[in-house]
Amino acid sequence: MALLKKKIQDTDLEIIIGQLLRYGVLISSIIVIAGGSLYIYRHGHQLPNYKEFRGEPEKMRELSPLWEAVLRGEGRPLIQLGLLVLIATPIARIFFSIFGYVLEKDWLYAILTIIVLTVICWNF
Amino acid sequence: MTILVFTLILFAGALAAGLLGSLTGLGGGVVLIPLLTLVFKVDIHYAIGTSLISVIATSSGAAAAYVREGITNIRLGMFLELATTMGAIGGAFLATKLDTSLIAVLFGGILILSAAMSFVKRGDHAVTTDASRLSQVLRLNSSYPTAAGVVFYTVRNVVGGFFMMIIAGIVSGLLGIGSGALKVIAMDNIMRIPFKVSTTTSNFMIGVTAAASAGIYLQRGYIDPGLSMPVVLGVLVGAFIGSRMLKTTSVSKLKMLFAIVIFGLALEMMYNGLTHKI
Repeated sequence: MALLKKKIQDTDLEIIIGQLLRYGVLISSIIVIAGGSLYIYRHGHQLPNYKEFRGEPEKMRELSPLWEAVLRGEGRPLIQLGLLVLIATPIARIFFSIFGYVLEKDWLYAILTIIVLTVICWNF
Repeated sequence: MTILVFTLILFAGALAAGLLGSLTGLGGGVVLIPLLTLVFKVDIHYAIGTSLISVIATSSGAAAAYVREGITNIRLGMFLELATTMGAIGGAFLATKLDTSLIAVLFGGILILSAAMSFVKRGDHAVTTDASRLSQVLRLNSSYPTAAGVVFYTVRNVVGGFFMMIIAGIVSGLLGIGSGALKVIAMDNIMRIPFKVSTTTSNFMIGVTAAASAGIYLQRGYIDPGLSMPVVLGVLVGAFIGSRMLKTTSVSKLKMLFAIVIFGLALEMMYNGLTHKI
């Protein structure tokens, strides 16, 4: 009986994870399309230059300048925001798994998942 | 070529890459980087950043479908993500230090390995019951649904698989690809789990592995919105069409053709790296 109950909770977790990934990709795509349309509308006639690596400006690398640029209605930062949502999707999956394991009282995997999350967030 | 035309061509190229990648199981990343660097003459750092983003998109999109079918071994995935994320961060730091020519040569090597791996026949191993102690402690042994009913399987050589996953993570972070070929070596050949489980679990892990190096890529300015926008959307649409076609089309000839193309691209990447054109 205990085994059966555990299995049901595992499947619930799987369904939630599946939904989370799906909506993450969907929301990110919508933001990217919106930003992309603005960008193409305003800069579509200009020439691209990616031959030389210059690195992105600060507003594409740091969250608060990015957000200010998005609020000013700029296209490229809006695309970048969509990309951030995309990057956040698998991270959110890890985050929610922690709750899942805690609810299952699976302490070993709860701790393991927290370590994985820490490793990922280290560099943001 | 204006940004509008550039974006449209890139979208079409990424769509083709996503379609072929999902039909052949090789992933879109393996052709995106040669496409960007060799055809569009994009700097390899931008190419790696763009590819990494598209890898997260396809992995998350496909994992959403697989997880619901109950084939993915989520515990195994979570445990091995410990290895791949640590590796990925190391790899991403290496990418900022290594010479671009060396990165191009390494990339060519991984491309050849991926193409070769796609020809290795991946039958299901006899299901063993001699689980290692560690796989019992970590509760990695599991079951998955098949047409003939639920099949139980055990996981062997957990330590060996873990180390291979660290390497897979380093390669992923260094080259901006999913390194599915290396993950499959770890799970199929070392840990001996059924191939449907290893394929879906590998795909499940790829997004998290890529997200771990994305932070470093973002801070170093490798991720450009103008490049990523058409590529992410193109790869997503291509992968979606591919997953629909997969049920109706036979892919063995396509796989052969794609592997030859990848082999050719690999040689050109290596040549460009060795002659310092990249």
